[in-house]
Amino acid sequence: MTAPSLEIVNLSVAFGSDRARVQAVDNAGFRVAPGESFGIIGESGSGKSTILRAISGLNDEYDGSVLIDGRAAPRPRNKAFFKNVQMVFQDPYSSLHPRRMIRATLMEPLEIHRFDRRDERIAQALSDVGLAPEFAYRYPHQLSGGQRQRVAVARALLLEPRIMLLDEPTSALDVSVQAGVLNLLNTLRLSRGLTYVMVSHDLRVIAHMCSRIAVMTQGRIVEELSADDLRSQNAEQDYTRELITASRVALAAE
Amino acid sequence: MTDTPVTSSRTSLRAWLEAPAASTPRQARAQAAWRGWKRLLANRAALAGLIVLILLVVIAAIGPLLTPYSPMSQDLSVRLQPPSMLHPLGTDDLGRDIMTRILYGARITLMMALLVALIAGPIGLIMGATAGYLGGWFDIVAMRLVDIFLSFPSLILALAFVAALGPGIENAVIAIALSAWPPIARLARAEALTVRKSDYIAASRLQGASSTRLILRHVMPICLPSVVIRITLNMAGIILTAAGLGFLGLGAQPPSPEWGAMLASGRQFMLTNWWLAATPGAAIMLVSLAFNLLGDGLRDVLDPRDE
Repeated sequence: MTAPSLEIVNLSVAFGSDRARVQAVDNAGFRVAPGESFGIIGESGSGKSTILRAISGLNDEYDGSVLIDGRAAPRPRNKAFFKNVQMVFQDPYSSLHPRRMIRATLMEPLEIHRFDRRDERIAQALSDVGLAPEFAYRYPHQLSGGQRQRVAVARALLLEPRIMLLDEPTSALDVSVQAGVLNLLNTLRLSRGLTYVMVSHDLRVIAHMCSRIAVMTQGRIVEELSADDLRSQNAEQDYTRELITASRVALAAE
Repeated sequence: MTDTPVTSSRTSLRAWLEAPAASTPRQARAQAAWRGWKRLLANRAALAGLIVLILLVVIAAIGPLLTPYSPMSQDLSVRLQPPSMLHPLGTDDLGRDIMTRILYGARITLMMALLVALIAGPIGLIMGATAGYLGGWFDIVAMRLVDIFLSFPSLILALAFVAALGPGIENAVIAIALSAWPPIARLARAEALTVRKSDYIAASRLQGASSTRLILRHVMPICLPSVVIRITLNMAGIILTAAGLGFLGLGAQPPSPEWGAMLASGRQFMLTNWWLAATPGAAIMLVSLAFNLLGDGLRDVLDPRDE
């Protein structure tokens, strides 16, 4: 394996103290190579989103280390880190400021990081995610869920990051819209050489998007396997097999 | 800007305002304002309040042109005249024309209410939004301070401040502002608490936004509508407090035609010459009511949750 773009080592996150203490993430570790798409799957409450929040620095009360290109990420995270690592949130209905025009939302990262040619970059970012430039002059309530999520992706891309953290980016969207956003994310990764860490509870989404997958339950990563192993149900751990079976049953029920 | 639309004809302006998709930032903002305006127009009571307040502003501006008398000039030969053609609202105990004094008093009342809003609004908004967003020790200190202010009735607090500062309109404004900001701060803090954990704040933090930027550009716009609504609704209370201070002789001083002071001096003639107290009282009530109606209407216009 080449030098990892992102590596987490012995990551542990706990909430509360004493008797109310919950170990949300317990000694998790994985490495993601540049340009790779790494998936984390598990039921809700398994700690997968907590890992993303720890990597991004939204929660920097963690033990262990987060390494970007072999160097520990600073705590609290600095601007240089955010320039490199961006995140797309689960719910596009809450991740865009309801009172701000899309243009203002997209302008913000450019102002903070003092980029030039701002209007040009915004128009380019919108067209990269498949939206017309006029969308800059709308408010979030004038957009559909899929359009909002595309705006959220555009916002993350504006800083030209190398690593994207995707927190269930399609689970709040209609099934008909999901495929469009997933394909967009795939295209962007290939054309820009982005590294993805994607969290989902949907096996199909993960299998479609990721080459390697970590399976999480109760804060622990129990198994790491390739997408091919997942498709051929070549799992070693009982929990992973249960997860696959449960997902097949759910699929059959649909 | 070069993209200014042709506004020569009414229809093209309307089309520009109601176009399904805006093509410039200015148009988008104008369209949002236009939608708010239409919601306000749909609310009859709020519209009535707005019209009364616009009238008040006009009266305050051109009042001196509407009357041949001066608000201060005394003529004891016509004292305590009932309403007549010569004096539509009668005269007071010193023979001054009451309508003239009401017209001039509108200026004082409006200025006091506006100044209080301009002082108390920003202080309350900044304190509340900062306390709610930052939390921690700043929140604790700011909110205990608010608790202390809120533990006194606002008129009593204003009385105490005026007693310390000395009577007069400027000091009354400062005193009322000091007693008006804490409820606004509490309200802004409550709004800030609901958004501090939201995804859009988190998303901006992940782009490197500083706390100052987050509070000013993200938290405050969320708090602003409820603060504006609250201040408008509070205007009635502010005007009543100002009139109350004037009534007690601690606000505007005679012979200033402030409505509260007029009410106070008319009190002793209430049983024999009712118009001395009734006219400033009615003016205070009308303006307070107008502010309340407008505040209710603004809630419909500004509240983002209804969109």
